[in-house]
Amino acid sequence: MVTALAFGIACAGATTASAETSQTLEAVKKAGAVKCGANGQLAGFSTVDSAGKWTGLDVDFCRAVAAAVFGDASKAELVPMTSQQRFPAIQSGEIQLLTHTVTATLTREASVGMLFAKPLFYDGQAFMVKKSLNVTSAKELDGASVCVKPGTVTEQNIADFARANGIKLEPVVIEQQQQVVEAFLNDRCVVFTDDSTALASVRSEQGTPDDFVILPEVLSKEPLSPGVRADDPRWFMIVDWVREGLVAAEELGVTQANVDEMKKSQDPAVQRLLGISGDLGSLLGLGNDWMYNAIKSVGNYGDIYERNVGKTSPLKQERGLNEQWKKGGLMYANPLI
Amino acid sequence: MRSKTKVSAGNRLITVLVFGVVALALYPLFRWAVIDAVWGNLGPEACKETFGACWPVISEKGSLIIFGRYPAAELWRPALASALLLGTAIVTAMPRFWNKALLLAWIAAPLLFLTLMGGGILGLSSVPSSQWGGLPITIMLSVFGIGCAFPLGILLACGRLSSKPVIRWVATSYIEAVRGVPLITVLFMATFILPLLLPSGWNISAMVRAQVAIILFTAAYLAEVVRAGMQTVPKGQFEACEALGISRFETYVKVVLPQALSMVIAPTINTFVTVLKDTSLVAIVSISELLMTARQALADPVWRTHFIEVYVFIAVIYFVFCFAMGKWSKSLERAYIFSKGRE
Repeated sequence: MVTALAFGIACAGATTASAETSQTLEAVKKAGAVKCGANGQLAGFSTVDSAGKWTGLDVDFCRAVAAAVFGDASKAELVPMTSQQRFPAIQSGEIQLLTHTVTATLTREASVGMLFAKPLFYDGQAFMVKKSLNVTSAKELDGASVCVKPGTVTEQNIADFARANGIKLEPVVIEQQQQVVEAFLNDRCVVFTDDSTALASVRSEQGTPDDFVILPEVLSKEPLSPGVRADDPRWFMIVDWVREGLVAAEELGVTQANVDEMKKSQDPAVQRLLGISGDLGSLLGLGNDWMYNAIKSVGNYGDIYERNVGKTSPLKQERGLNEQWKKGGLMYANPLI
Repeated sequence: MRSKTKVSAGNRLITVLVFGVVALALYPLFRWAVIDAVWGNLGPEACKETFGACWPVISEKGSLIIFGRYPAAELWRPALASALLLGTAIVTAMPRFWNKALLLAWIAAPLLFLTLMGGGILGLSSVPSSQWGGLPITIMLSVFGIGCAFPLGILLACGRLSSKPVIRWVATSYIEAVRGVPLITVLFMATFILPLLLPSGWNISAMVRAQVAIILFTAAYLAEVVRAGMQTVPKGQFEACEALGISRFETYVKVVLPQALSMVIAPTINTFVTVLKDTSLVAIVSISELLMTARQALADPVWRTHFIEVYVFIAVIYFVFCFAMGKWSKSLERAYIFSKGRE
């Protein structure tokens, strides 16, 4: 009887508690680390460098969440996994955050039972050709052979694009990444298609990257988004708002380098972001300096982008769709008020 | 018997031809790996000009491939730990060291290994198992896997041949159930399904789950190998033991098993080799063993074009271990089968 009563109280307590705090957050705090599932073999997004340190855009986002939760980015624990593993891992609670360049789709949210935060990176399938071909638009590629890795979506996109533009494209399907690249370099096909970041990465590996052109047409939408399990909306909010905070920081001009000076800023938006005024962090169940810690550790969205995939990185990606909305991109932070 | 000194011209010709074909086939490989290769600790630019192997990729990525993400300042710890474990395994492989001290070594070596790797005591900094990787993991999973699965397999084999129906039934259904599913499924279940079934407070590390899965899986296979050996021992020997009043336990330990195991040396070690190679499957459950660290090293866009060199490097490592086990199998057979006049 006493046990039953105690159990009842405990349950009631748990219900009220979960209305305000996140169970996942409690578990993360107890374990002392945020576990993020990442690819580990994808340049620019998540790789292990020669010294054994994780680097990449996905990795930095995981660090930002760890910094927001613990005030310490080193509490991010990256778990390498394949594409087959990533959904079971998030479903079983083996990881709390999936930063695995997952394209957010309706089917995935509904059938896997997860929620996607706003995209960290807008990617899309594109075409690459040799510069000597003198082509500036994919619409000029009538009759061309296209090297492509098997995968219904990628191949389907080519067919759709060809039909929509009234041209003929002949797919050459090759399974292995290295073999597709070799085939393209050895002129077995004149066009190579993949996600534009993957193309950029291949281009950067070549001795003379300037001999290759990535054409401006984008065939598909690939919003690569961090995901969490759908059963804990409070945890989802934390992840989603850390992403918003990083984008907002870039809009407000708060960078990793100047974040300490910005603490003295008179701009109320900056003050709220850095927790000088307001209570944004505590509303999420975090410290008020949550975004200060995140920005101090990994920088704002622009810093993260440039370091991992931007001009200063081996991938040399333009900002493109990932530019701030004021400059014509899609990166737009909801108001942190 | 044909005289060994006289070799027919035809045989000579065949020998020369075979050598010629092998040499022709191997020369391009030799040329790639040695003559045209770039050696030393250079940058990726050094390999632009050559068609040969680019070995600087190994000096650049070697420590990542061998030791994974283990903290760079502490690499002596996984090195020493692996050497200890391997040393124990090698000593165990030699019949002249088979005595009581070896049992102590088998208690000490795993403890020392885990202490060195994990740290947290004796002034060693703590390194969580999520940061372990590379060759030490492959060695650990194989040595612990074989070391624990072997006795377990013998027990299961005895259980399967037991005269008591309950024991026989349990052992048989275990063996058949485990052999009925692929290792990769067992690993996947242990990693992703088990946490859902366990009470929420329980948190068994992924490494332990994978290790246990390998042990339980291997035991079922070894049980069948051992059973095959035990069935070669004539029934009369059991009856003789019984007539002499020797206990059932002693019958097994002193009479049946020594004969049974020596009959199945080759298939037993064959299973050991399989275990070593199967450890590469744990990559599917996010454990960075040798093959996975090699793949992680290849993600670097600067070095990715030299993937063949990296795969050759780890292939050589696997080969050395597997070849050594093959040789060991031969020497054990010579000592325990041929000496008894059986062939």
